[in-house]
Amino acid sequence: MSQDSIVHDDDGAVPPTLPSDPSRRFWIGTTCAVGGVAGAALAVPFVSTFAPSEKARAAGAPVEIDISTIPPGEMRTVEWRGKPVWVLHRTKEQLGTLKQNDPFLADPNSTRPGFTPPYARNEWRSRKPDMFVAVGICSHLGCAPTPKFQTGPQPSLPDNWDGGFLCPCHGSTFDMAGRVYKNKPAPDNLEVPPYQYLSDTRIIIGVDEDNKA
Amino acid sequence: MADEKSVETTGLLGWIDRRFPLTSTYKAHLSEYYAPKNFNFWYFFGSLALLVLVLQIVTGIFLVMHYKPDAQYAFQSVEYIMREVPGGWFIRYMHSTGASMFFVVVYLHMTRALIYGSYRKPRELVWIFGVGIFLCLMAEAFFGYLLPWGQMSFWGAQVIVNLFSAIPFIGPELSIWIRGDYVVSDATLNRFFAFHVIAIPLVLLGLVAAHVIALHEVGSNNPDGVDIKAKKDKHGRPLDGIPFHPFYTVHDILGVTGFFIIFMAIIFFAPEMGGYFLEFNNFLPADPLKTPLHIAPVWYFTPFYSMLRATTDDFTWVLAGASVLAAIVMFFKTKGLAKLIVPVVLIVVAVLLRTIDAKFWGVVAMGGSVVLLFFLPWLDYSPVKSIRYRPDWHKVLYGIFFVNFIVLGYLGTQAPTDIFNLMSQIGTLIYLAFFLLMPVWSRLGTFKPVPDRVTFHAH
Repeated sequence: MSQDSIVHDDDGAVPPTLPSDPSRRFWIGTTCAVGGVAGAALAVPFVSTFAPSEKARAAGAPVEIDISTIPPGEMRTVEWRGKPVWVLHRTKEQLGTLKQNDPFLADPNSTRPGFTPPYARNEWRSRKPDMFVAVGICSHLGCAPTPKFQTGPQPSLPDNWDGGFLCPCHGSTFDMAGRVYKNKPAPDNLEVPPYQYLSDTRIIIGVDEDNKA
Repeated sequence: MADEKSVETTGLLGWIDRRFPLTSTYKAHLSEYYAPKNFNFWYFFGSLALLVLVLQIVTGIFLVMHYKPDAQYAFQSVEYIMREVPGGWFIRYMHSTGASMFFVVVYLHMTRALIYGSYRKPRELVWIFGVGIFLCLMAEAFFGYLLPWGQMSFWGAQVIVNLFSAIPFIGPELSIWIRGDYVVSDATLNRFFAFHVIAIPLVLLGLVAAHVIALHEVGSNNPDGVDIKAKKDKHGRPLDGIPFHPFYTVHDILGVTGFFIIFMAIIFFAPEMGGYFLEFNNFLPADPLKTPLHIAPVWYFTPFYSMLRATTDDFTWVLAGASVLAAIVMFFKTKGLAKLIVPVVLIVVAVLLRTIDAKFWGVVAMGGSVVLLFFLPWLDYSPVKSIRYRPDWHKVLYGIFFVNFIVLGYLGTQAPTDIFNLMSQIGTLIYLAFFLLMPVWSRLGTFKPVPDRVTFHAH
């Protein structure tokens, strides 16, 4: 006898201490499992609404820039996907300092994945040595590092400073190729975005061999 | 049709009581809820937290009537509230000051729990719900801080959302998913608004209810950590207990008065509190292309933020070393299966500390330092609850812990320098060691005898 036995006798109401009908256990379990799957599936549309909308994706379109108007030693910032992208025309002297920084850098050869496309995996981290393109967002927590091209001793920087970038938030420093110095909060070099040359004087940011617009 | 329930009350109240447990609820939670008679000023902060919660909800409702959650208009609409809505500045300053005062009150409330052992058996769930409330408050404050759409709102959110990108493998995708865009944008503002005004407050209210119900089930602790239910009079009421109403409702009015004097003084004379309650950079509209020179979270997050910044590549060596040391100690000190499993887990952690980025471990240190609080009831092995009967050097340890927490908070507001980094690394170690070594140090020393009854001197 179990709780499920039909009892018409009013005096014989089934004691609640009796075990439930074992033949129903399977169906209770099955119902819970199927219901649970349905409930979890219902979460999918809700979760997906959090992803970038079509509008946000469209706003991530590539940006073209004329580099012939940037004199050596100067930098221009353009906006791509809402991020500041630096286009820096480096001087010969600035390029010359890069090699000697190697021992003090966390990742001098830009071997760590995700921050440097293959065509920028060289000493100057760019397609052509003089023109440096990088996302101006610190690889630590997304602050914007400030250019510190002036060499020599100055506040917040080492005395043998060769020029580069300083993140004001947590003090990470980067050299003139956006490579991070050792033992700073930022773990990686500054990201080089996908870009390519359309001609000698025009580049497009957001497009390369692997990334179509 | 079933008969009406028989109740003692008559008239309208009787009619209600036969349909809804009004009188019995009132008795259970107010007029016949017996609280220890030796409460001191530390016990103001629970009721004050409830008061601030109500203030935040009411002022929040009125702010939403004028605020626009749109990246184009958000900053302007807050300025509109401040300058053009009649009385708007007062409502907004109540809300912004209320946020900081909420944390003041809650930190003091938690300090009380810590020193009097209010998290100990049987109040573990009271404590766990409480830590849940603390987490919700942090989320609520974080989401709310984006809404004025000032420079600090924007860059603060940028930094915190980017914390998630430190998680291996899924991190970068996850942070895009949280923002709904490649940077903090209108989409982010809208969802943060939804979380701030409805999602988190609903969870918060549920947790507050659970916190109070759990407390009233087990009864309040007291400064002596003595169980007042052990000694009862012939009516079954605790000898050292007094009804919450009217005794503690009246007592709390004193606390409320003192609170409002301070609260209103801040609103009228120093609503920005020198940049601690409202940061000066937040009076500039958000600019995605220009990072403020110095980004610091609001003061109530800074102790945890310091621990985030302290975790550099060098520091993971220290943490990995500590894990290996702990593994060796656990291998020799524990018995059975734990002898193998615990040291192995610790060694794996030590290896991961050196293989995964320090950035990720910074996030773990920050999150872990809050999550650690959940386990407090099972870390404390002291034979007495209250600090009053602990060895004197325990009091010194607690003193160091509190001072250290304040120092970490101060460091978190400052721009990073080498000496400050070193200080926050030491501070992080003190914070972690205080809790993680608690199973060891909390049982050491000569404890004082705990009295049978609470110590109470009539006024």
